[in-house]
Amino acid sequence: MDASLPAHMRPDRSFQGLILALQRYWADYGCVILQPYDMEVGAGTFHPGTTLRALGPRPWNAAYVQPSRRPKDGRYGENPNRLQHYYQFQVILKPSPPNLQELYLKSLAAIGIDSAIHDIRFVEDDWESPTLGAWGLGWECWCDGMEVSQFTYFQQVAGVECAPVAGELTYGLERLACYLQGVDSIMDLNFNGREGAEKVSYRDVFFQAEQEYSRHNFEHADTAMLFEQFKMAEAACRKYLEAGWKDGKREAHLMALPAYDQCIKASHVFNLLDARGVISVTERQSYIFRVRELAKACGEAWVHTEAGGAA
Amino acid sequence: MPDLLLELFSEEIPARMQPKAADDLRRLVTDKLVAEGLVYEGAKAFATPRRLALTVHGIPARQPDLKTERRGPKVGAPDAAVQGFLKATGLKSLDEAKIQRDPKGDFYIGLIEKPGRDAIDVLAEILPVIIRTFPWPKSMRWGARSAKPGSLSWVRPLHAITATFGLETEEPDVVKFSIDGIEAGQTTYGHRFLAPSAISVRRFEDYEAKLLDAKVVLDPDRRKDAILTDAKQLAFAQGFELVEDQTLLDEVSGLVEWPVVLMGSFEPEFLKTPDEVIRATIRNNQKCFVVRDPKTGRLTNKFILTANIEAIDGGKVIVSGNERVIRARLSDAKFFYETDLKTKLEDRLPKFEQIVFHEKLGTQAERIKRIERLAAEIAPLVGADVAKATRAAHLAKADLLTEVVGEFPEVQGLMGKYYALAQGEDDSVAAACEEHYKPQGPADRVPTDPVSIAVALADKLDTLVGFWAIDEKPTGSKDPYALRRAALGVIRLIAENALRLSLLKVAASALAGLSVKPADAEKLPSDLLAFFADRLKVQLREQGARHDLVDAVFALGGQDDLLIIVRRVDALGKFLDTDDGKNLLAGTKRASNILSIEEKKDKRTFHGAPDAALYSLAEEKALAKAIGEVTTEASAAVAKEDFAAAMRAMAKLRPPVDAFFDKVRVNDDDPKVRENRLKLLNEIRSATRAVADFSKIQD
Repeated sequence: MDASLPAHMRPDRSFQGLILALQRYWADYGCVILQPYDMEVGAGTFHPGTTLRALGPRPWNAAYVQPSRRPKDGRYGENPNRLQHYYQFQVILKPSPPNLQELYLKSLAAIGIDSAIHDIRFVEDDWESPTLGAWGLGWECWCDGMEVSQFTYFQQVAGVECAPVAGELTYGLERLACYLQGVDSIMDLNFNGREGAEKVSYRDVFFQAEQEYSRHNFEHADTAMLFEQFKMAEAACRKYLEAGWKDGKREAHLMALPAYDQCIKASHVFNLLDARGVISVTERQSYIFRVRELAKACGEAWVHTEAGGAA
Repeated sequence: MPDLLLELFSEEIPARMQPKAADDLRRLVTDKLVAEGLVYEGAKAFATPRRLALTVHGIPARQPDLKTERRGPKVGAPDAAVQGFLKATGLKSLDEAKIQRDPKGDFYIGLIEKPGRDAIDVLAEILPVIIRTFPWPKSMRWGARSAKPGSLSWVRPLHAITATFGLETEEPDVVKFSIDGIEAGQTTYGHRFLAPSAISVRRFEDYEAKLLDAKVVLDPDRRKDAILTDAKQLAFAQGFELVEDQTLLDEVSGLVEWPVVLMGSFEPEFLKTPDEVIRATIRNNQKCFVVRDPKTGRLTNKFILTANIEAIDGGKVIVSGNERVIRARLSDAKFFYETDLKTKLEDRLPKFEQIVFHEKLGTQAERIKRIERLAAEIAPLVGADVAKATRAAHLAKADLLTEVVGEFPEVQGLMGKYYALAQGEDDSVAAACEEHYKPQGPADRVPTDPVSIAVALADKLDTLVGFWAIDEKPTGSKDPYALRRAALGVIRLIAENALRLSLLKVAASALAGLSVKPADAEKLPSDLLAFFADRLKVQLREQGARHDLVDAVFALGGQDDLLIIVRRVDALGKFLDTDDGKNLLAGTKRASNILSIEEKKDKRTFHGAPDAALYSLAEEKALAKAIGEVTTEASAAVAKEDFAAAMRAMAKLRPPVDAFFDKVRVNDDDPKVRENRLKLLNEIRSATRAVADFSKIQD
């Protein structure tokens, strides 16, 4: 940890300080520091900076914060560790560098987790996203028994083999911050690192939002509209994918990103419907399958774009 | 003779894969060595989270030379054949070949000498192949090389390979090979945090010692011992005892290279949550051990963790970090438990209408109804109160929908019991919520409460009949619905509780309750009965008892009372251990053999009573008399289900049978006498059928 930092910038004193320290660390490594994707997603992986950029031969090193929405995890702000909206810090390095574990451990040191007094462990956790048609092998990283990150070597994304393989790190920021700040509830986190009257807590920023969105997600979200939106997003995704093939030949694609936006949209709408409890167990599988088919088609389109490595 | 040291140093290998990987490495390398003519003296393999290591000692330095002879063409054969022979054998001219004479003429024989290669060269050839094709359950690609097809796949990125070969007294050689840019050498690394620098190693002895200096305990058994000893010690020092857990110990030892055991605690108020829930929480989520108070047998508010480092603060931060996580986990568990208590079990049932048990067998709600009906039917047969059995079957599955079971599936049933007791259910009903899943395997306890028995039987029989009806029977190693376990459960429930039950009737009744109607519904119960017979055989074989006797009893036909079958088998087994039994079996078999030969010859059977007037010898008469007496006596005993007495009666047959075969010629010249004697033999066979079909018994 950088000892010269003023108190309000220190990762163990402020939530934003934690984010800034991670950004700084990965920027120093050479990552492109992206901003959050401007759509509702369930995890940092959905950001096209990961999903799509993980595909194809071109090197790509990026890091960003991604607000993530899990409508079902809402608890009206009452659960100490569960939120329907939270932040992930995402790092994607393609190809995965040989010293990725060391880089990760140094990033922990940069936010104040010293491996001389903390017990840091790599515990098997194979990652799979059925909606994205993606899987990889890796670990959940434990610090003194607490899971603080996910560490994955992507093997396949959007149904496409990763060649080369990308390494993905996902830091659960709230949980990590709770640990660093020594608080038991996310709402008690110091957000801006100031004290007294100047202090802004996580509660100040997000408690009302958690309550409102929990109401929305569980009680009021308009399911008729959402079912319709799902169909529309699905149809639009297919339409853009179809229209994107240059000269109608399946050789070069010109609209993978807008099509993928619709896939993200469908996925989030599905999550909302799921939270509302209007999707039965059997239907659930079929919705997941439909989103996966979109993701796979987008992956297929992407590898035919310039950034996707098409010649 | 020289030794091999091989180490594959990688990123963290999943704990559950380490033991098999070490074993595979040893097996693959040593098998290949032997196949290459390199017979070694000993081998041992080890695994830690970051390395697989193998030592093979006493490998010959060279393969033996191989000499083979190759037969060539006939002397005077056309030149093309001679040239082909010379080419194949590497001989310069026919002068180097021998000539061998055999009945077909004179042939050239080429002697090919294949000199043995140096073992180190053989190793350099076989090791890369073994590494490239290593049987990991799941493997992955990584790094820049993964852009190209055919790149190395390993469980996690592989970083270094140590491979040395040589004599104890000399500087060993590196086995030269490289895989995907990783050059085999003699450099490894110590503990990730405590001693990360490179270490140069020569051979296994200094390798293991240097690793230990670098804070790596190579041998998993040593790590386990250390963890167990320290954990017990820590608990004991506080007047408590460790709740031992072998599976957890195995896993934890695969998560550390340098185990450091520490104790933490949590708020005593969490102890209001059931012990099993606390243990599941701490064990599954945190991989920590729990501690009990020997005075009460209940858990205390302590837990034991295994860290991978010797922290400079003595582990204070590690303990407090783990305590925080465990506190959060326990508070979730407590919240789940308390939330669960707010809803009555029966109020959860409507949700089962939405949950499909199996596509073809309907919803869970339908299944629960079937089990209720069947449990009510079975209850009177096993001495259970019908109302209680119905109630228990009604509630037994409800805990599947509770938060605690959703989180920790392994406490299913047990939570049902707790929740049933909490809502004031009868003790037997509550017990059945837990025990109806039992027995889960050959070592599991069999319930003895009649209500539990009724629901356990109903649950298992519904499962068996259901999957039989949709033709999802186990095949070979595939048994996805654990039907073999269910059948064994039924057998043990019946046998160990001495229950009398007609399986055919109960199965038919279970079948009637199904909405799916199989095509061969009539055959189903007897088909299922045959499956039970198979399971019974397997069980007896595992107990070291004779399983062929099961066939002998089932061959009697109409046997569907498992308890009686087991008793018959038991009595028969004991009888066959006696001399009388063995000889009677031999006599009966002899009679059967003669009969089957003669039946074939005459193309007829010899059923029917023999004619007493045709007996000419004393032995014939004596045998006929004995058969009459024994049949009566044995039948009476069987009717009283006293199979031991039936066997004792059978024993009386032995002397007259022996005497008959001794003195009487069956195939008499007079066809009438012959027929009569064959009928008498047939009577022996019938008489013994009172207890079993002796012809199905293996010698």
